Amino acid sequence: MAEPITVPTPQQIIEPAVAGRTETMVLNMGPHHPSTHGVLRLVLELDGEVVVNVAPDVGYLHTGIEKTMESKTYQKAVVLTDRMDYLAPLSNNLCYALAVEKLLGVEIPERAQIARVLLTELQRISSHLVWLGTHALDLAAMSVFLYAFREREQILDIFELVSGARMMTSYFRIGGLAYDLPADFIPTVEQFLAIMPSRIDEYEDLLTANPLWLERTVGVGVIDAQSAIALGLTGANLRATGVAYDVRKAMPYSGYETYSFEIPIGKNGDIYDRYRVRIAEMRQSVKIVQQATERLRELGPGPVVTSDRKVAPPPKREITESMESLIHHFKLWTEGFKPPRGDAYVSIESPRGILGCYVVSDGSPKPWRVHFRAPSFINLQSLAHMAKGRMVADLVALIASLDPVLGEVDR
Amino acid sequence: MDNQTVLAALRDNVGKEILAVNEFRGDLSVTLTPAGYLAAAQFLRDDPELAYTFLENLCGVDYLGRKPRFEVVAHLTSMRHRHRVCLKVGCDEPNPTVPSLTPLFPTANYQERETFDLLGIHFAGHPSLTRILLPDDWVGHPLRKDHPLGDEEVAFSFNQDRIYARKPFARE
Repeated sequence: MAEPITVPTPQQIIEPAVAGRTETMVLNMGPHHPSTHGVLRLVLELDGEVVVNVAPDVGYLHTGIEKTMESKTYQKAVVLTDRMDYLAPLSNNLCYALAVEKLLGVEIPERAQIARVLLTELQRISSHLVWLGTHALDLAAMSVFLYAFREREQILDIFELVSGARMMTSYFRIGGLAYDLPADFIPTVEQFLAIMPSRIDEYEDLLTANPLWLERTVGVGVIDAQSAIALGLTGANLRATGVAYDVRKAMPYSGYETYSFEIPIGKNGDIYDRYRVRIAEMRQSVKIVQQATERLRELGPGPVVTSDRKVAPPPKREITESMESLIHHFKLWTEGFKPPRGDAYVSIESPRGILGCYVVSDGSPKPWRVHFRAPSFINLQSLAHMAKGRMVADLVALIASLDPVLGEVDR
Repeated sequence: MDNQTVLAALRDNVGKEILAVNEFRGDLSVTLTPAGYLAAAQFLRDDPELAYTFLENLCGVDYLGRKPRFEVVAHLTSMRHRHRVCLKVGCDEPNPTVPSLTPLFPTANYQERETFDLLGIHFAGHPSLTRILLPDDWVGHPLRKDHPLGDEEVAFSFNQDRIYARKPFARE
């Protein structure tokens, strides 16, 4: 590596400027700026219109989710995970549920596993659609946004069908699902699958060969594979540099190893490659959802929560017949379950990158410590590395291409 | 790559610094001395056979009532071998300090700042260890177990004057 990678802090840029030691201009971008995708504040050091240095200032949305989780029982803490990455709540639910299930060592029924894969892949599509729409909007391509949100609305309708909520789903619980999938679930998903591939073609028609889009994205915000790994860049941003690392393939969870799909990768690590990778990922997700739908239909009805009564409550009718079930029900709702002492770390491929969850149990019904490896937070570190020497307008494209969600950055 | 191969390699190189080895649900975690923690991370990263070049996660835990009180947990991933190792290092009051991994892995920068901000653990050798999520003038480290939940009173229009009066806001 030519020069060591540094991650500046806002103070390091502001202090020399205030002391009058620099010839450059310091400019505040955000926290209330539409192209920062939330309340992200950037401190820019500019030489004319060229970015000399940039430091993200985060924390405006810090709500202490990790602290609050320590005071909830394991099952009750699920709802807090929705509120981190609010564009992919199901991925957060899944990551947390997998971590606690690893602590407990419970088996999840087949039907719940398939539903989890199916819904997280739909979630990936919907999250990428928001990214695509807002990214294009930032680069002044308004119509893509309207098209993308049309399909996203359909996905949110599916989420509403299964969980009753469009965004804060809390549908994946520890031990399985919150409740069974509704009867018209499969036809609704198939309806969506029938139209989605042609809709992705539509987005590509608008952008992929569009000269204005190419001019703003090709060769902009380049990062090489080695620096990307050193900076902890993950997800589509890493794969755009040519590294075929996807947790779904590398360390499969929820039965991903049994689905056939490919990992799209890029070559140059620029904004355009990130765009191509995410578009290709949507097509792969459609493929996975198709396979999962077929499996669900073949499998037919079945349990959606683990049969371990120490973790999941018994069905209602059992409570009226069995004393033991009644006790289990009572204990679970008054106290919660107690995982053995220990710690577990699980990572999944969320739409934004590697989402990790580290849970420590002290043997009580409440987690001793929960930590989330938030991909948006860690991806932001590479902003300075990629933006140096580029125009301010490129920075706008760059933020959009990293696809940060500030709720997850600050937690 | 499996746990035993990595563990054997670690024992060969930093064997004296290993304090405890734990395998839970198939995951290997190795507790080391502060010097061993840095040496093990460097060894795992630089060894061409192992290639744990990706620092996936770094966080701190407050085990109040235990000695040492704090623990820093780092998860290193080898993308080539699709394997993960967990390194742990303890540190205690009054000045909990562990060596920083930022010179080895630039991605540790934000994660160590977050751990410092929320738990008050210092990382020796970090280029810019400042608060990241909380305001710079914040007092205390909220993720510590002796920091009560709900300690921060919520300001509404009827009580904001009283609350703001005792807050060390940055005033210019």
